[in-house]
Amino acid sequence: MGYKIIVLAKQVPDTRNVGSDAMTPEGTVNRAALPAVFNPEDLNALEQALRIKDANPGSTITMLTMGLPKATEVLREGLFRGVDSTVLLTDRALGGADTLATSYSLAQAIKKIGAYDIILCGRQAIDGDTAQVGPQVAEKLGLPQVTYTEEILSISNGKVVAKRHIDGGVETVEAPMPLVLTVNGSAAPCRTRNAKLVMKFKGAKTTTEIAALTDEAEKAFYAQRPYLAISQYGAADIDADPAQIGKAGSPTNVKAVKSIVFTAKESKTFSSSDDDIDSLMAELIASNTIG
Amino acid sequence: MANYYSETPELKFHLGHPLMKRIIELKERDFADKDNFDYAPQNVEDALDNYDRVLDIVGEICGEIIGPNAEGVDHDGPKCENGRVAYAPGTDVNLDATRKAGLMGMAMPRRFGGLNFPIVPYIMAADMVSSADAGFENLWGLQDCAETLYEFGNEDQKQRFLTRVCAGETMSMDLTEPDAGSDLQSVMLKATYSEADGCWLLNGVKRFITNGDADIHLVLARSEEGTRDGRGLSMFIYDKRQGGVDVRRIENKMGIKGSPTCELVYKNAKAELCGDRKMGLIKYVMALMNGARLGIAAQGVGISQAAYNEALAYAKDRKQFGKAIIEFPAVADMLSTIKAKLDASRALLYETARFVDVYKALDDISKERKLTPEERKEQKLFSKLADAFTPLAKGMGSEFANQNTYDCIQIHGGSGFMKEYKCERIYRDARITSIYEGTTQLQVVAAIRYITSGAYAAKISEYDQMPVAPEFEDFKVKLKAMADKTQMAVNQVNDSKNQEFHDLVARRLYEMTAYTVMGYLILQDANKAPEMFATSARVFIRYAEAEVEKHITFIRKFQEESLADYRKA
Repeated sequence: MGYKIIVLAKQVPDTRNVGSDAMTPEGTVNRAALPAVFNPEDLNALEQALRIKDANPGSTITMLTMGLPKATEVLREGLFRGVDSTVLLTDRALGGADTLATSYSLAQAIKKIGAYDIILCGRQAIDGDTAQVGPQVAEKLGLPQVTYTEEILSISNGKVVAKRHIDGGVETVEAPMPLVLTVNGSAAPCRTRNAKLVMKFKGAKTTTEIAALTDEAEKAFYAQRPYLAISQYGAADIDADPAQIGKAGSPTNVKAVKSIVFTAKESKTFSSSDDDIDSLMAELIASNTIG
Repeated sequence: MANYYSETPELKFHLGHPLMKRIIELKERDFADKDNFDYAPQNVEDALDNYDRVLDIVGEICGEIIGPNAEGVDHDGPKCENGRVAYAPGTDVNLDATRKAGLMGMAMPRRFGGLNFPIVPYIMAADMVSSADAGFENLWGLQDCAETLYEFGNEDQKQRFLTRVCAGETMSMDLTEPDAGSDLQSVMLKATYSEADGCWLLNGVKRFITNGDADIHLVLARSEEGTRDGRGLSMFIYDKRQGGVDVRRIENKMGIKGSPTCELVYKNAKAELCGDRKMGLIKYVMALMNGARLGIAAQGVGISQAAYNEALAYAKDRKQFGKAIIEFPAVADMLSTIKAKLDASRALLYETARFVDVYKALDDISKERKLTPEERKEQKLFSKLADAFTPLAKGMGSEFANQNTYDCIQIHGGSGFMKEYKCERIYRDARITSIYEGTTQLQVVAAIRYITSGAYAAKISEYDQMPVAPEFEDFKVKLKAMADKTQMAVNQVNDSKNQEFHDLVARRLYEMTAYTVMGYLILQDANKAPEMFATSARVFIRYAEAEVEKHITFIRKFQEESLADYRKA
């Protein structure tokens, strides 16, 4: 039987090959100096989705991204690999969002997309490295979540069994559908583009771009090929509460950006008891790590 | 991300040749598929954009998967277990990647699931795959066999087999036997028609069969009992699903180790006839071989590219006597010559591929409708050019690959002799290219009639009419002199009316012709894209001029009584 899968993807500046001009003097990312790429772990997530589709005929994959209109590039990359439909969530009102506002916006867009069994996304994006968006989306949708997924082992009787990467080993967990899985970079790499799909989808455009076409021949071309349309949602389309999106919905403030060189010290292990968690919190606050 | 396509801009240059427009129009039948297949192009620009994008995928797979796997595949090699072949683990990964990317059946029509690509972009893919791993090219490139099945099989066979090839099943061409190598007329594998089974049964042994455990085989076998020559041979399709063919052993080879070379035993293997009886060797295998020879020409060029990349990187990096060795003229001479031979053999490869494209597309159209008189003329012209140029491209491309990999090791010095460096594998892989699908000596035999008949000379004078920028005029003068000397040598040999003399110097006449043709082609490329080819054109023409001089000296001074010195029988 087929599953309805949603993959969350992000277009990010390629921070893997940074030069001296990667940051602006103000301490923000100099996007002009870094090429925009498909967030690497989102590609790992896409491969997991494609494998589910391969093994379960009738499954469909919808890829959702939030970002500037240029982010349609990652959606096309998804189509080139076997994604069935795509959604671009873009709106000036959504700009400047932190992980809280981002996950709220994505959750609203997922509700608008409709039915789903499995939501997959990368563990984290290489620009922010927070690993917060996937888990927060799960919370906002009230879904169980499996983080650090390395491999989906089986799907049956409404349950997903997955292997997750943990410190010093792997853990196999079972969770009921629908659910969110965040996929680790150690999972299988994503397959390359497919020749026929590249030729088929290379001209995919957003519904807004198609509506703006003026050339009659071009209009007719797209009218005959509805599969070339990338759905475009704005804040109004996802019934977003203005107070929870964009800058207004983002309590995070960047105080300063510093270049830190990590040095390994001894590790500490805390149990999940309230006492241990309290002492960890106290320690982190005392060291100004959080607070 | 490593990408062989974006790192080799020469490929895109050749994709932009003016003749591509005609090729695309013919291949796409004026874009008849554009509303029937969602991946069919709308016009010439769209088709070129498709080739560009798909070649980018091939380049990425070569850079990220096939290239990095090459060393492991060379080390592990395939294994023969219970009559079946198990590929090296890296080979399975490579095959999976090319299948998932939809790169099987690239040249097949869309109705069978193919991409309907012309030969030129397909050969570009082969060029890159060979550069990444020449051994893997043999497995992937056997999709060439589909071309023969498409040309000569019936509609039912095409529907059943070509769809499978396009979906990723592999092929083999089972020709060679222990006593039938270059001389395929001696093939003895027996084909008998069984009334009880309602099909043909194959019995006997084949040897040196590349990818001998393929899913679908084209087999040359003797269907006419009592015959002993090529007229008794027919071509058959053997489907592995039927069973009856086992792999007895895999050869332990010097190079292209990832490609399993098999000895096959046929025991009442059920097979079906492809095309007409008795036409197996004289028509179908000749067509198959011409396609395969172009593939080996591409393999040679790809290997030369790999040799150049390795040699250049090492020469820049290695320091001796206080500086990088690339700064020493003795090393720089080798590097420049590798690059010049690479660019010249690639120019010849794509010129040949274009000729093949035009005539094959017209051949195919002629099965659908009557060609116009102009089209018939065009078909005849390009068919002859393809026949004449294929043995030049194969012979020179493979000989240059050998020379370039030799020099690549030389540039590496002692390190090049060690397994740690890629150049030693490339060197071993190159060696077979001037042997299989017809040795260089047999390429000379195939080309010589076009040399003595003046077919190349006519094309050369056409090249000579093409204008070049003033900075290249001196080199054009050199080329004209080379063409004249070649003609003088040909006249001398023709006038001698001595077959033994003719056969002895045939290789020299062949090389003189090939150097002149390649010289004109690389000069034209330099004229169009001087930043890419001007240096190579100058280096190549100087080199070629000296080679032609060497051969003309030999031929001119040769006394026919000296023939006795060369008789060893």
